[in-house]
Amino acid sequence: MTVTRPLLVALCLLLVAPPLAGAQVTFDRLLHADEEPHNWLTYSGTYASGRHSGLDQITAANVDELELRWVFQAQSLQVFETSPLVVDGIMYLTQAPNTAVALDARLGRVYWTYEHTPSPESRPCCGRVNRGLAILGDTLFMATIDAQLIAIDAVTGQPIWQAAVADPALGYAMTLAPLVIKDKVVVSVAGGEFGIRGFIAAYDVETGTEAWRFYTIPGPGEPGHETWPSDSDAWLHGGSSAWLTGSYDPDLNLIYWGIGNPGPDFNPAQRLGDNLYSDSVVALDADTGELRWHFQFTPNDPYDYDSVQIPVLVDYPANDGSTLHLMLFANRNGFFYVLDRATGRFVNGVPFVDVNWAEGLDDNGRPVQTPQPPGAVVYPGVSGGTNWYSPSYSPTTRMFYIPAWEAYGTVFTPAESVYRAGRGFGGGTVDLAEMPPLGRGPINDWTEAAGRGAVIALDPSTGEEQWKFEMTDVTTSGILTTGSDLLFTGGREGHFHALDASSGELLWRTSLGGQIANGPIAYAVEGVQYVAVAAGHGLFVFALRD
Amino acid sequence: MTHTHRVATLIALAALLLAGPLAAVSAAQQYARADIEHGLRLYGENCTRCHGPDGGAVTGVNLRDGQFRNASNDTELSEILMIGIPGTAMPAGAFSPSELAGLVAYLRSMGDVDASGVSLGDPGRGRRLFEGKGECASCHRVNGVGPRAAPDLSRIGALRTAGALERTLLDPTGSMRPVNRPVRVVTRDGAVITGRRLNEDSYSVQLIADDARLVSFDKTDLREYTVLTTSPMPSSADTLSEEALADVVAYLLTLKGLE
Repeated sequence: MTVTRPLLVALCLLLVAPPLAGAQVTFDRLLHADEEPHNWLTYSGTYASGRHSGLDQITAANVDELELRWVFQAQSLQVFETSPLVVDGIMYLTQAPNTAVALDARLGRVYWTYEHTPSPESRPCCGRVNRGLAILGDTLFMATIDAQLIAIDAVTGQPIWQAAVADPALGYAMTLAPLVIKDKVVVSVAGGEFGIRGFIAAYDVETGTEAWRFYTIPGPGEPGHETWPSDSDAWLHGGSSAWLTGSYDPDLNLIYWGIGNPGPDFNPAQRLGDNLYSDSVVALDADTGELRWHFQFTPNDPYDYDSVQIPVLVDYPANDGSTLHLMLFANRNGFFYVLDRATGRFVNGVPFVDVNWAEGLDDNGRPVQTPQPPGAVVYPGVSGGTNWYSPSYSPTTRMFYIPAWEAYGTVFTPAESVYRAGRGFGGGTVDLAEMPPLGRGPINDWTEAAGRGAVIALDPSTGEEQWKFEMTDVTTSGILTTGSDLLFTGGREGHFHALDASSGELLWRTSLGGQIANGPIAYAVEGVQYVAVAAGHGLFVFALRD
Repeated sequence: MTHTHRVATLIALAALLLAGPLAAVSAAQQYARADIEHGLRLYGENCTRCHGPDGGAVTGVNLRDGQFRNASNDTELSEILMIGIPGTAMPAGAFSPSELAGLVAYLRSMGDVDASGVSLGDPGRGRRLFEGKGECASCHRVNGVGPRAAPDLSRIGALRTAGALERTLLDPTGSMRPVNRPVRVVTRDGAVITGRRLNEDSYSVQLIADDARLVSFDKTDLREYTVLTTSPMPSSADTLSEEALADVVAYLLTLKGLE
């Protein structure tokens, strides 16, 4: 047969068309991510960051029929903190330190990998980890451990542009998954243990040009600068990093970002004052990066209580029939907060674990601090009552679920620190004897004295605990809830659990043999619902038996 | 100066500063006290977050024993401190030559620096006490000899300081590590097993039983499960003289495992 020119063109197009390729991921699709629950389009699933999937094929009645469908083994021995994206049958994830991977979400077979080799100058405090990617159009965005932002072609895996966000030799690093809003990609920096000056920045998705930058420590003349000592340059080295993805309210056009600890970490005497905007959540205009409001959880923090947790945006029915536009924030300092996300007004706050550093919150949500004597155990300890691993909010149970460390404390010993560029700027030490180390082997020889893990379900309207699921070891696992009122989570023990989100009843579990260190996700391909979670050095994907 | 050249120069300077006697003396004696103290301060600032104050918080890494998988000498140890270990959580540092010297001195001496204030005795007499009058060997195992009821002490000299060993001998309960806590379980059919907990999660517990068996239980199969906070080891405060105590400590410090 004679191949005509139009047929040849059509054949060529077929050959280059990626299998299962769907429409591009537009900003509109990101805005309405909850309307396509077969995909997982942002780090937390939606801009509201509830880590909730509307999928309901897996239920309490059939969850015991879950079986392992495939495993992706990371070529890295770092803690596997990735939270994958799924777009129309294609999964995108990162393996530490900075390799992006595209694979078939049904089979786990890899389409391509892109490896960025970080500068040897990078020296992150707590592991060369990465938590995932962002996507817009056909472009993926990866923030790197040496503080670079890289745009990657989602079809070919080739880099498009690379922007130097900060200098890794000064202690700057990035471990978070970026967040795309409109035509910008938003990232922020780690490095709070190295005397950096933290910031959040937005970059043009097409060119990588910086569009705006918000410093998390105000400079001279800016409101909030007075919360740092006026007779030193403490503000220039005050840390206040921001190493986790935030949230976005399109109606208010505000992004919400949790800010980390002030530095030096454990010696507040070197930085007298509230140290804004450390340990705060900030609301920024998404177009300009201008601050609209802030709420500080732990002023002049001596405990490394980073407020680097996920701000969860919830529209909640009020008693008078109106709708409350709230932010739910389970803070590392052991308190659960409810804020009005339009204004930052404090609505409610209650402790969800043992707390002795403060006896409570005043009417404005400011803690009434009760410093413990030298050598005494402070609750919660340095890793917090919770931490960066995601909580979840279910719109059907209307409960908020927190991965918590209970009965866990630390002895803090402050000491004078001298800032030297790129060096540790700790301001003292913490007694790790009662603290499970950040990395974890297969043996748990800790005791109840070192704390225990739990999933705590709260009624956000009151802060009252509805149920609690306890684990012997502490947990670093985020939480996923689904449209069928299932709750998936894990822990450092390597167990992966499915609970009844209404009651906390354990419905199913399996051992994955390694620490779970990020939240599960759910997605669907060809009508089959999958649940994926990283554990140890593998990504494990489950579905119901055929 | 490029980063590589700068690192190389610093390491060379640190090596010069560290140059000292290489005789078979304890590490703490090999390095200047001032360097060790300097290193102790730097260690607290830069290393405790991951490695812990005792140097054992990273799984599989024990800084106290003075042996380093990736460094066979002080120059290589300095390189690791400056460059890190690629592919691991060990980051590159940025230390001056004197700081490098201090850190290396402290890391090499971690197993000894707590010895201050503890008078060290005669290891030969200590061994005889351990195996005889002290009755330590009636529960503890050393280098493949002895019962397994109590913790195996074959490497205890590499894992604990002299001060920590002395405290344990005088106050076993107050010094007992969680891993050594005795446990008592009663199974559904009434069997009572006592031993030491080796591992535990939400659903199961693994023990070394007093009869030296490794046993594992589903918690749902247990009628009782008790973790005790009182050590079965008797205090030596009333049974060993101060001199005898020092002798036993000196013997324990010689136990470094397979050379």
